[in-house]
Amino acid sequence: MTPLLFIEQVLNGLQFGVMLFLMAAGLTLVFGVMGLINLAHGSLYMIGAFAAAAVAGWSGSFLLALVAALAASAAAGAIVELTVIRRLYDRDHLDQVLATFALILIFSEGTRWLFGSFPLFLDIPDWLSGPVTLPGGIEYPLYRLAIIAVGLSIAAGLFWLISRTRLGIRIRAGESDREMIAALGVDISRLYTIVFALGAALAGLAGAMVGAIQSVQVGMGEPVLILAFVVIVIGGIGSIKGALIGALLVGLTDTLGGLLLPEAFKLFMETSDATATGSALASMLIYILMAVVLVWRPRGLFGGAT
Amino acid sequence: MSRERMVNAALLALLLGVPLWAWATDEPFTITLATRVAILALAGVGLNIALGLGGLVSLGHAAFFGIGGYAMGILASHAQSYTPLMESPFLLEGTKSMPVIWLVALLASALAALVIGALSLRTSGVYFIMITLAFGQMLYFFSISWPAYGGEDGLSIYVRNGFPGLNTLDPIQFFALCFGCLAAALWFNARLVRSPFGLALNAARQSPERVETVGLGTFRLRLVAFVISGAITGLAGALFADLNRFVSPSMFSWQMSGEIMVFVILGGVGRLYGPVAGAALFITLEHVLGGISPFWHVWLGFLLLLVVLFARGGVVGLLAGRRVAHD
Repeated sequence: MTPLLFIEQVLNGLQFGVMLFLMAAGLTLVFGVMGLINLAHGSLYMIGAFAAAAVAGWSGSFLLALVAALAASAAAGAIVELTVIRRLYDRDHLDQVLATFALILIFSEGTRWLFGSFPLFLDIPDWLSGPVTLPGGIEYPLYRLAIIAVGLSIAAGLFWLISRTRLGIRIRAGESDREMIAALGVDISRLYTIVFALGAALAGLAGAMVGAIQSVQVGMGEPVLILAFVVIVIGGIGSIKGALIGALLVGLTDTLGGLLLPEAFKLFMETSDATATGSALASMLIYILMAVVLVWRPRGLFGGAT
Repeated sequence: MSRERMVNAALLALLLGVPLWAWATDEPFTITLATRVAILALAGVGLNIALGLGGLVSLGHAAFFGIGGYAMGILASHAQSYTPLMESPFLLEGTKSMPVIWLVALLASALAALVIGALSLRTSGVYFIMITLAFGQMLYFFSISWPAYGGEDGLSIYVRNGFPGLNTLDPIQFFALCFGCLAAALWFNARLVRSPFGLALNAARQSPERVETVGLGTFRLRLVAFVISGAITGLAGALFADLNRFVSPSMFSWQMSGEIMVFVILGGVGRLYGPVAGAALFITLEHVLGGISPFWHVWLGFLLLLVVLFARGGVVGLLAGRRVAHD
């Protein structure tokens, strides 16, 4: 294994990590502010990807497709919040899990109804395709670098939003004491709708950007959703900082584990056995990471007492 | 006889009557559907002990369902290829005998539930939901990437395993076996609820502090409940694999966990016969709606949403009325 390959895989892990962050940020905000566990977050990711693919196919513009993804998923998020989700805030987690599981069924099959079972394809635009040469002579796809840049700048924007703006103050206040901020005259139900739509828009954006690398198909959201859950559980539910660190940790662990574990097993096993054992273990690695973190710190790395 | 007992008796009579009628009119497909109901209800009975009685929201019961399935798949595949499971330190052969497979499935899934439960029960609330989900996913990916037993393609078993004195290839006889397992599990569950252990577990769900105060360890109560729950779901997994004569990683998938949970909720959480009603309704809907539209999951989704939002006791709750003791 060459250092070049290693650095390339680190970048891949980073790209995967920031994608997971976009998903996890919405989940963790919704849980932190509203106390809601939302399994249907993966469906919003899928809606973003489908909206982008449909608009890109119709208009040919990638930027327009991204805007469509943001708008469609934010709108879907707001509608779902207004009709279903707001009835679930004071229910227990079991009801929330089931109702959002039902939403997954509705969204997935509804999308299959509209678009059919065949995957759609979203092309990388010309001005973002092709490799770039990084310092040190590493060739790396420009599009993936762009994803890392967009993801990191959204993370920065989100930190700014939470810590500096009026909306951020309200979100933090909502997390710590919802009765008090309602008493102070903040329209709490509108705040909830905004937070939910914001989280949905981030998920939709992630879906659209990943849709250009992978195919856009029904059921694409659920694997990512589960990884995003792993991320927020590792980071501590409700913490944006935890989500970022958890996302990068999961992204890097998953990518590097697949590369390094088979190599590590080769040190004391036969090559074919080592590859099989190593890749089997690598596919479980992030779940093992999560179990270890939870056993060590049952509320995640940055989770406070709630 | 209370209303709930009447509903329960009616459910059991229906589950027994439909396949008998199908047997008389020679419709083996209906018998197979009823067998599916009995097996999935058994998986639900398992989950209901953790979920309804213990208040442990496990989104990872597919782990035990899959372990039961693979216990059957591994033993039977070794038996059908005449290769031993292992030769050293002692010879271990595969088997096609159902009682042995059931015992292995029960033990293997109980052991897995002991490990998973001991780690997961350190957390609570959402973290518990998520860590059980993670363990389920762990086994799912392991079963996909482990090539020895079929990996992603799964394992096919050519002939259904045997049970002494019965011809298991005859649908009605296999149904009778599955129904027998379900009835035994329901009887056990009813005994468990009234036993000192069941009462303590119930109390631990409602008020853990008080249970701790009187000197009972909630962790141990919950762990035992989780192990029993996992073992029963594992047995259902072995039967399910035998019904299809096929095991694949999809038995470990989190949709499977979700579906088992749907049976319990649709029927009514904490109700003894809730899983039976839920599984029967689910399979009937799958059959009826699936015939009308290939997108029947949409309608299932809406129905589930309505049940969660407006009919909180599930089917049994709707038919038998509210119960005072359940929160």
